[in-house]
Amino acid sequence: MTQLPETTDKKLGLVIDLDTCVGCHACVTACKGWNTENYGAPLSDMDAYGKDPVGSFLNRIHSFEVQPEKGAAQTIHFPKSCLHCEDAPCVTVCPTGASYKRREDGIVLVNEDACIGCGLCAWACPYGARELDQAEGVMKKCTLCVDRIYNENLEEVDRVPACVRTCPAAARHFGDLGDPDSDVSRLVAERGGFDLMPEQGTKPVNKYLPPRPKDRLAEVSASSDTMQPVAETPKGFLRWLDKALEVL
Amino acid sequence: MHPAPSVIIFTVLSGLGFGFLAWLGLGLPAVTGWTAFFAYLIGFALAVGGLLSATFHLGNPQRSLLAFTQWRSSWLSREAWLSVLALVFMGIHGFAAVFFDITLAPIGVTGALLCVATVYATAMIYAQLVTVPRWNHWLTPLHLLSLSLAGGAILAGQGMGAILLLAIAGLIQSLYWIFGDRRFAERGHTMETATGLGDRGQVRLFEPPHTGTNYLLKEMVFTVGRKHAQKLRMIAFALNCVLPIVLIALLPASLPVVALAGIAFLIGTFASRWLFFAQAEHVVGLYYGKR
Repeated sequence: MTQLPETTDKKLGLVIDLDTCVGCHACVTACKGWNTENYGAPLSDMDAYGKDPVGSFLNRIHSFEVQPEKGAAQTIHFPKSCLHCEDAPCVTVCPTGASYKRREDGIVLVNEDACIGCGLCAWACPYGARELDQAEGVMKKCTLCVDRIYNENLEEVDRVPACVRTCPAAARHFGDLGDPDSDVSRLVAERGGFDLMPEQGTKPVNKYLPPRPKDRLAEVSASSDTMQPVAETPKGFLRWLDKALEVL
Repeated sequence: MHPAPSVIIFTVLSGLGFGFLAWLGLGLPAVTGWTAFFAYLIGFALAVGGLLSATFHLGNPQRSLLAFTQWRSSWLSREAWLSVLALVFMGIHGFAAVFFDITLAPIGVTGALLCVATVYATAMIYAQLVTVPRWNHWLTPLHLLSLSLAGGAILAGQGMGAILLLAIAGLIQSLYWIFGDRRFAERGHTMETATGLGDRGQVRLFEPPHTGTNYLLKEMVFTVGRKHAQKLRMIAFALNCVLPIVLIALLPASLPVVALAGIAFLIGTFASRWLFFAQAEHVVGLYYGKR
């Protein structure tokens, strides 16, 4: 059904740490790999070895540069995938009921057998989280690796989304954001996690942790004690050279 | 937004077709026999032709019947229902007029209301999208509805009625353009709110996520041809408002005049609808440093 549930028992989602993300794109590759071999239609590439390759991805990493009023600019790597919004506009626009939000855990999914590929849900999403697969003509989106997180055939450590499992910097965290005592909720509270484009009123479940302030260059300037040269007078050959040059 | 030919053809043709059928349903003009046959043929060809064109936009059109299931929440589903109901009512009305020379007024009026409702539902598919500020406004349904009824009035040979509606549609179209140009900025969507990094400085895209293009950029960050927007607006306004008014006002009412005014209106409305899509900016472009 494309009507949204009033509440969900859990709010499963991701917390993405913009401070520790190094922009390696390992999560992009892991996501593409897992979701091509498992749930639903594979994520196709068109013209993969040609002039204009283009493909479906459920997770993409942008890199932004932030220029403060004073001081040096900062590069921030910015992973972006479905935010599994509480008021998901992609769900209510769907004419066939293919797009839905699960009452039990809040995951937003697409029933590919009912998707007519009209693309309206992708238009309704402010975050660019949905891509129409050009080979299958059905809408693809992050499933929060629904085929991993409940999969008892996997080791317990692997029962998290592929992107979270693979991240070498531990910049991605998975959990229940509806439970205020969960690790992810505490992380959000501690670090001041925020929503993307809150003015769209989508109430995203996924949260982003802001980059921590950088060390200030001014504090370790040449005038501070730690930066004083330890040896002012050269020794050996350099001492001779120094003196010889001064005589000249 | 990508101005896909299938969607432009769909909204323009079915808009004109349902507009014309609405006038026929109201009995303006009250046609019967062969005249009715050709009038309803044109109305149905436009409306159904437009709807069929829309299916070319689908990735899996064989499942389109499922689109009738979610009318409680989805404007696209409501449009599916309303268009079929409108065609059924107008079909019965037309059948009675063509073969039995009778006008079933209650069915015609209901059909006319359903035709208007169909165009409104089509417009709401676009107007509901908060992600496209230019569309997300009450002027959008007014814009598409007024054009539909004005175009229908031309085909229905409504003389004074057509002139009046064309003037109203032209005015609303201009307001839609003028206010639409400001709306993205008014809504306050910026790269800073998109990334949530605005509190620490000015944000710019340092590196996009991929070297090539993708579905999102092709579908929602269409920036080609906007530089000719002002010229196209003049052409659209001249052809779908000024010229038909002049033709209908100055020339004696006849079939060639109706045809000429109708063709001018159609070309102008195609230009207007191309702009409707090409100038609509989706907020996702902000993540790519584009609008």
